[in-house]
Amino acid sequence: MKKILIVDDEPNILMTLEYTFKKKNFQVYIARDGQEALDLLKTELPNIILLDIMMPKVDGYATLEMIKGDEKLKSCKIIFLSAKNKEVDIKKGMSLGADAYVTKPFSIKKLVEKVNELTEG
Amino acid sequence: MSSVGLLAILMIYLAFLFVIASWAEKKRNSKWTNNAYIYTLSLAVYCSAWTYYGSIGVAAESGLSYLTIYLGPIIIIPAWIVVLRKIIRISRVNKISGIADFISLRYGNNRFLGALVTLVCVVGILPYIALQLKAISETFHIVTRTSSSSNILNDTTTYVAIALALFASYYGTRYFDASEKRKGIVTAIAMESMLKLFFFLIIGVYVTYFVFDGFQDIYDQASVLENFAERNTIGDFPQAINWFFLCMLSMFAIFMLPRQFHVNIIENNREKHIKTAIWLFPLYLLLFNLFVYPIAWGGNILFAGVNVNTDMYSLHIAQLFDNQFLTLLVFLGGFSAAISMIVVSTIALSTMLSNNLLIPYGLIGKLKSEEQIKNSRLILNLRKIGIFCLIIIAFFIYRYFALEYSLVSIGLLSFVVIAQLAPSFFGAILWKRGSSKGAILGIIIGFLICFYTLLLPFAIGIANLESSFISEGLFGIELLKPFQMFGLDYLDPVPHSFFWSIFFNFFTYVAVSIISKGNYRERNYAEMYVDIDKYITNHENAFVWKGTAYITDIEKVLQRFLGKEKTKRALRIFNMKYDIDKDTTMADARLIKFSENLLTGHIGTASAKILMESVTKEDIISLPEVLKILEESKQNIILNKELTGTSRELQELSTQLRDANELLRKKDRQKDEFLDTVTHELRTPITAIRASSEILHDDEDIPEKLKKQFLQNIISESDRLNRLIDKILDLEKFESGKQKIYRTENDIIETISKAVKPLQQLLTNKNIDFKFNDSQYEVIAFYDEERIIQVITNLLSNAIKFCGESLGVISVSVSKNDDTLIVNVFNNGKNINMEELDAIFEKFYQSSNQNIKKPIGSGLGLAICKQIIEVHKGNISAQNEENGVRFTFSIPANKF
Repeated sequence: MKKILIVDDEPNILMTLEYTFKKKNFQVYIARDGQEALDLLKTELPNIILLDIMMPKVDGYATLEMIKGDEKLKSCKIIFLSAKNKEVDIKKGMSLGADAYVTKPFSIKKLVEKVNELTEG
Repeated sequence: MSSVGLLAILMIYLAFLFVIASWAEKKRNSKWTNNAYIYTLSLAVYCSAWTYYGSIGVAAESGLSYLTIYLGPIIIIPAWIVVLRKIIRISRVNKISGIADFISLRYGNNRFLGALVTLVCVVGILPYIALQLKAISETFHIVTRTSSSSNILNDTTTYVAIALALFASYYGTRYFDASEKRKGIVTAIAMESMLKLFFFLIIGVYVTYFVFDGFQDIYDQASVLENFAERNTIGDFPQAINWFFLCMLSMFAIFMLPRQFHVNIIENNREKHIKTAIWLFPLYLLLFNLFVYPIAWGGNILFAGVNVNTDMYSLHIAQLFDNQFLTLLVFLGGFSAAISMIVVSTIALSTMLSNNLLIPYGLIGKLKSEEQIKNSRLILNLRKIGIFCLIIIAFFIYRYFALEYSLVSIGLLSFVVIAQLAPSFFGAILWKRGSSKGAILGIIIGFLICFYTLLLPFAIGIANLESSFISEGLFGIELLKPFQMFGLDYLDPVPHSFFWSIFFNFFTYVAVSIISKGNYRERNYAEMYVDIDKYITNHENAFVWKGTAYITDIEKVLQRFLGKEKTKRALRIFNMKYDIDKDTTMADARLIKFSENLLTGHIGTASAKILMESVTKEDIISLPEVLKILEESKQNIILNKELTGTSRELQELSTQLRDANELLRKKDRQKDEFLDTVTHELRTPITAIRASSEILHDDEDIPEKLKKQFLQNIISESDRLNRLIDKILDLEKFESGKQKIYRTENDIIETISKAVKPLQQLLTNKNIDFKFNDSQYEVIAFYDEERIIQVITNLLSNAIKFCGESLGVISVSVSKNDDTLIVNVFNNGKNINMEELDAIFEKFYQSSNQNIKKPIGSGLGLAICKQIIEVHKGNISAQNEENGVRFTFSIPANKF
């Protein structure tokens, strides 16, 4: 079973994503901010992480850097999920090492496709 | 006290002076030696043995006229601010070494004039030094109870004089450079000024309060003496005129006495010291004169009928009462006064003799050496010998000419001679037309008259010849009677001589200067002197000179007196100042002046000019050409000032433009940032709506419960979106001033209750301890209720969001004083960062870590609160408290 970690501070968005991926037979972990996510990652190793950027405490950029810097975790695929959709934001996110960048509001269908694509094999 | 004992004490005192001077030289840069008080006290070298002893004699014999030599300086003191400062500037910039330099430079650096001024000074000051030696000798004899011997070799005071001569010649030449400050000696002089004043006050107090019973007592006892009345009335017109001229005489003296010129001007470090001198120096003079009168008349009372030298009353009184210690103190005070005068005068005179007489007129050949050390030593020795000889000659004058005269009469003679410098001296800084010929002739004529009316009669008087010369005039011509020339018979000899000599001196100076124009060099210096304030910053530029000169030649000359290192440094500074390439070979006018200045510091203006002339070839410039150049440079200076003014204005304008541009750009950036934030915030609910909708659309077998949940999502997020849009529009309206508020009379307690009601459920759900006393008495104020509800709702929502997780506490309180209504909303949540306490109210607020941390105020709520409160003309702020955060807003409560 593929594992997915969803990190977002908006409870409603979190709910829809959790439902979606549970339906798709993923083991779903959720976190409401970067700190929670990192704590969770101490014990779990998901295949892919959906990462919001604008979050309190520890934001998406910092979280990604921590993950990429960790031996164990750097194999995780990461998709940035953010309402920041300017070209410079996308470039920044990708240059930090994200595997994909999906802008909000997103199409669930397209998001699921992307996740499948990245967790193939 | 024995002669040997007193001699020993004097030696110790002289050693003490050396110590002070050494200490002060070491501390030459500290504020102990560099302050206005040392400066002013050094000016008190004006008060020599003449003041200390002589004025008592005058007071005893002729009443109040002793005051005249102090009134002059006191009256002229206000002028110091302008005149003295001007002279100091000129002297500093041209590295003047003495009054002869000052005058001769002004009149075209005229060598002859410099020598003439030097001779006048020497003739004038030698008697003055003689009077100091007279005072020392006579007081020495009084203290040791010996009498002066007619055989000069048997007299102890002869040896005192020789010792003093040796002392002064070493002491005065310890530090070579004439224009370098002699801080050591100046400090010692200042110390002596205090000493002499102090001892004088001691004897004054002693006489007034111990010997007698105060001022009144002395006055009462004195008024019965036979000549009291006549000596103390300020008489009629002739006496007033006499007084007037004596005051004028001392006014000139305070500027032109070589020792005064030296301490006033050459040793001045900061112009602002003048400001202290202006009140402190008169104060000093006043203090000194306080007890002159009591001592004088006390003496008259005590020694009525006894033939005692009235000058020395202070000493005699102390001795009369067998007070050995007091006698010694009085003697030392007088000795201080005399020795400081001798030291400074001989320094000044020997500098002038070497710089303006001996070197230019003969010894310049001896300064051929390439080595700076040799040249310096030669000049040093020259000055040492000069000082020694001056004092010895003065001693002879005392023994053979001045024995019988009172101190004051010798002193006044000096004053009149020195006064001959006045027309050319003051003309130097005030009148551009003054020429060298005028100055020279004026001084010569003035001096001849002074000689005829004062010096000669004095000399004859000593020789005790029955003189028909005095009673009938030269060749029997009545109009040429030395004391009553041209029939002027109501002036005493001194004012009389002063009047005629200055009259003819001044007249000649002006007439000759007008008739014959000076050469171009004089005109150049005239500009630089009279208009010093205009030229002071780029002084070298004002010097007009055309010709050929090679820098290497000039360098060689400079090295002979400055040494290799200093020369190199000086030239480097010059090149930097005028932005000149160091590989230039030819020297321009500025370098010529600069170099001349440097040499002046070592050998005086006259010799400096000679040396410079020897290595340069000057083209003759006509006077009209010089005037034209000066006119041009004056125009340039004015133009420069205008240009600087305009360019400064332009600079200010461009800065303003730049600032305005920055502001616009900042506002633009802020707008973009705001748009970013807003769209981000708008997209968040839209995302939830879209996602929930997509799920409901695509998923057919979604459980009912979940379906309801997602639908609820859509509803609440839509609301959220709507609210957000409202807030943004609201904010825009407030900011553009389009929002109106309607202030009516309301009860804030009710208003708050209204705001709390919809949130009540939430408060209960979250288990928040909400404190608000809604049953208190009403608190009335004028405000727009709907808007204030909005504010309170916002603050409460914030509080709910951020108050402590488990035991949330929120409390609302209200107070009103006079015109202001204050509302507090406190929550026990975490403190806000100090830097963010203000920023959270800003609509455009981004936290310090741009885009990284989610801004606390992105909810816009606080920004709207701030707008609403400010439209109410109030204030809103957040404060950290020990256990939480308190938001406070205050608004004017009354109707506008």
